Amino acid sequence: MNKPIRTMSIFCMALFVALLVNATYLQYLQADDLNSRNDNKRVRDAEFSRERGAILVRGDSVAESRPVDDEFEFQRVYTQPKRYAHLTGYYSYTYGRNAIELTQNDILSGSDPRLFVNRVVDLFGNSQPKGGDVSLTVDPKAQQAAYDGLRALGRNVEGAVVALDPSTGAIQAMVSSPSYDPNALASHDLSKVQQAWERLESDPDRPRLNRAIQEVYPPGSTFKLVTAAAALSSGQYEPDSIVPGGTRLDLPQTDTDLVNENGSDCGGKKITLTDALRVSCNVSFGYLGMTLGADTVREQAQKFGWGDKYLDDLNGQVESRFPEDPDAPQTALSAIGQFDVAATPLQMAMVTAGIANGGTVMKPYLVDEVRSPDLETLEKASPEAYRSNAVSSSVARDLTQMMIEVVDRGTATTAQIPGMKVAGKTGTAQSSPERPPYAWFVSFAPADDPQVAVAVLVEDAGVERDAISGSGLAAPIAKRVMEAVINR
Amino acid sequence: MSSRLTSGNPLMGFVHRRRRGAELFLLVLSLVVGVGGYAAVGLGVEGHVPADIVGYGGWLAALCLVCHVVVRIFAPYADPVLLPIVAALNGVGLAMIHRIDLANLAQNEDAQTFARDQLLWMTVGVVLFIAVLVVLRDHRRLQAFTYTSGLAALVLLIMPLLPVIGTEIHGARIWINVGPMSFQPGEVAKVCLVIFFAGYLVLHRDALALAGKRFAGIDFPRGRDLGPVLAMWLVSLGVLVFQRDLGSSLLFFGLFLVMLYVATERPGWLVVGTALFAAGSYVGYLLFGHVQERVDAWIDPFHSDNAFQIIQGMYGMAWGGLVGRGLGQGDPTLIPFSYSDFIIAAMGEELGLTGVMALILLYGVIVERGLRTALVCRDAFGKLVATGLAVTFALQVFVVIGGVTKLIPLTGLTTPFMSYGGSSLVANWAIIALLLRISDQARRPLPDLSGPTDDDATQVVMLR
Repeated sequence: MNKPIRTMSIFCMALFVALLVNATYLQYLQADDLNSRNDNKRVRDAEFSRERGAILVRGDSVAESRPVDDEFEFQRVYTQPKRYAHLTGYYSYTYGRNAIELTQNDILSGSDPRLFVNRVVDLFGNSQPKGGDVSLTVDPKAQQAAYDGLRALGRNVEGAVVALDPSTGAIQAMVSSPSYDPNALASHDLSKVQQAWERLESDPDRPRLNRAIQEVYPPGSTFKLVTAAAALSSGQYEPDSIVPGGTRLDLPQTDTDLVNENGSDCGGKKITLTDALRVSCNVSFGYLGMTLGADTVREQAQKFGWGDKYLDDLNGQVESRFPEDPDAPQTALSAIGQFDVAATPLQMAMVTAGIANGGTVMKPYLVDEVRSPDLETLEKASPEAYRSNAVSSSVARDLTQMMIEVVDRGTATTAQIPGMKVAGKTGTAQSSPERPPYAWFVSFAPADDPQVAVAVLVEDAGVERDAISGSGLAAPIAKRVMEAVINR
Repeated sequence: MSSRLTSGNPLMGFVHRRRRGAELFLLVLSLVVGVGGYAAVGLGVEGHVPADIVGYGGWLAALCLVCHVVVRIFAPYADPVLLPIVAALNGVGLAMIHRIDLANLAQNEDAQTFARDQLLWMTVGVVLFIAVLVVLRDHRRLQAFTYTSGLAALVLLIMPLLPVIGTEIHGARIWINVGPMSFQPGEVAKVCLVIFFAGYLVLHRDALALAGKRFAGIDFPRGRDLGPVLAMWLVSLGVLVFQRDLGSSLLFFGLFLVMLYVATERPGWLVVGTALFAAGSYVGYLLFGHVQERVDAWIDPFHSDNAFQIIQGMYGMAWGGLVGRGLGQGDPTLIPFSYSDFIIAAMGEELGLTGVMALILLYGVIVERGLRTALVCRDAFGKLVATGLAVTFALQVFVVIGGVTKLIPLTGLTTPFMSYGGSSLVANWAIIALLLRISDQARRPLPDLSGPTDDDATQVVMLR
């Protein structure tokens, strides 16, 4: 009987080897995958009770972990909760993370590979591992100006402001309104967290939505910058080329005509392209759109970033869109930023910044620097071009001049800053008769040495329909933000 | 191993040493592991060595020493490695159960605790261990109880199905109520079945071995000899159907198959049996929802509604990583039943891959010592019993640890000597006592040289 017993020994050995190999697979090879799964409470608990790194703005923390005397040991505190809510995001036990808390989680929680040495030191020093700090590109004065500007229109005003450094792509300000208090979601009182979450979820104004990047809106007349860029880039037009003006443009295949805002006549039947932009003449740009064709305008839009995702530092950026296959009248409407054209405020800021930066659109970024817990710089952001020739430098120069005209003598005089040239463009977009129009303003300053490019969107300020205009609602906010950056 | 040549017995060639001193030394190491684990739990959870460390450690040490002394007196030639390994496994298991008790108490002051009961059950197990060694002086006497054992096994298996005493816990009807306690008769039935199979096969192995046809290089048995195999297959299926106990069903059938193969030396039985097993499993999968749930949870746990436990177990083990979180530093209460079926996951979390490997290897050594005992045993009955017990042990460890670590579908079986559970612990102590008894007989020098028995003659022929 010894031969089968020996066979069984080999069989049993195979069983145990299989157990050993499988345990190795589970605890070594597969462990990282399992540890990074969302429903892994164990990892979440450990991370939640770690001293998380701070989120800094010019050296001051807007989010930090403070020691508390409960099971989690550290409480996440947002020091300027509503002003920075859409940038910091929240860190909630129940509802996870968002924004910088999400995208920079590895650094903040201390699990980033670059912090490996720190973890080993902590292990031997028997101290709890700590997270590293994340420093944002935001200019606190610009952020405050943007936030205060929107709030001044009303407590529940819906809108967004984005300010970019045109030469780097650094985000100087990003505000979405209405905002919310991330402290309510980071609380250790989990039932209160749930109440706060449900309140936010059921709020029709959707406070958690970052309107600057997570939603698209018809850009209205601000899109005329793109159409003008396409026209100038085509080589068929110069800033003083004559285009049709007047009160109405006959739209082929339809019974309706394209008219101007308030029924004006754009200052004559034949006007220059510069004047057309200055008075925001729908007739001229509708004509340009039909003449250039939808493909040309779409290609120009894509050069600025339409149909693409380029923001890595925040989650949930949506793509701006331009209609697939519009007919002639739809193309005319698209050329003035109506019909099915839609853009995020960030996208419009990038158009403006691209023009300000001599035609090169820089890749937008929010994280300036990440540091280890002992304040050693692990990574410093290096600006990179997103589209090095969205328009040529000469077209950018022409567009800048045309935008200066808009602010000096056109629709955007409300954005003038004494002693400085400002380039801008207003927009008032109709979406449907049921809802108020969107008020837009995009600008940059100083026009001869741009330091800031801003896009302001006011979605719904709760004011009379007649009072809604880019110059009335949005331009003053842009002006305050530009001043905040330049006078720092 | 340690053997030395003696001159008086040219056939057996050598005599085994007793090695009781080695056993005592290993036993002390095991106690260091067990009591040290208990102290480490106190340090990890509460920051100080548990107040009852002397009482607890003393009790554990006393149990081990009593075992050692009994073995020294009643089974002096027994294998010296088995007892220390069992003591280590039992000690580590107790420490982990105590650790989970503390975690449960921290969440709820009135939580049920298990460590004290487990220590009591270990004591009962040790008493039974001693009883087996003292009362059963020669394992061959058990052969007289072949059919009694078979009947006992059947009764034990049926008991949970009876009204009043049988109860269903967590979906499996494998428990009976004895006073305030519940007991799993299947654990004892396992031992009875091994004795029954061994006795039966010793008598019938010639018929089962010699008759049959040869096909494709393998000797297949005759149709009429298939009777017992089919009967056992049906009993296993019965366990699966009526008790909804996948693990025991698999264990019983696997055990029978292996013993049949060892008794007859015919791989054909393995082929037939494996085919029957495959067919039974497939039909079981098609017919029974609970089998399907288990298989689905195994194939894709993250898209299954019934995989919560196994996912938590995997998370725990992944969280433990290579060296573990340390005793008292993990979160084993997140795993349902981490004190019983899933204790290996709790070990994986707090002791890491290193600890899990050590435990698996300890189990492996138990099986190896059991099979070695079977090899050196001089009588067929002892060989079969030792093989059966060792293989049962191997299968049980494979099924439960493989199930928890998602190597195979999860089935409910206890982890020997570590899981909380009286029936399992007591039955396993008895199994070790039986193995020690057989190894004592096997390793003991022959009392006289009055010529080899028939078995010895057979063995000599086969060694050539």
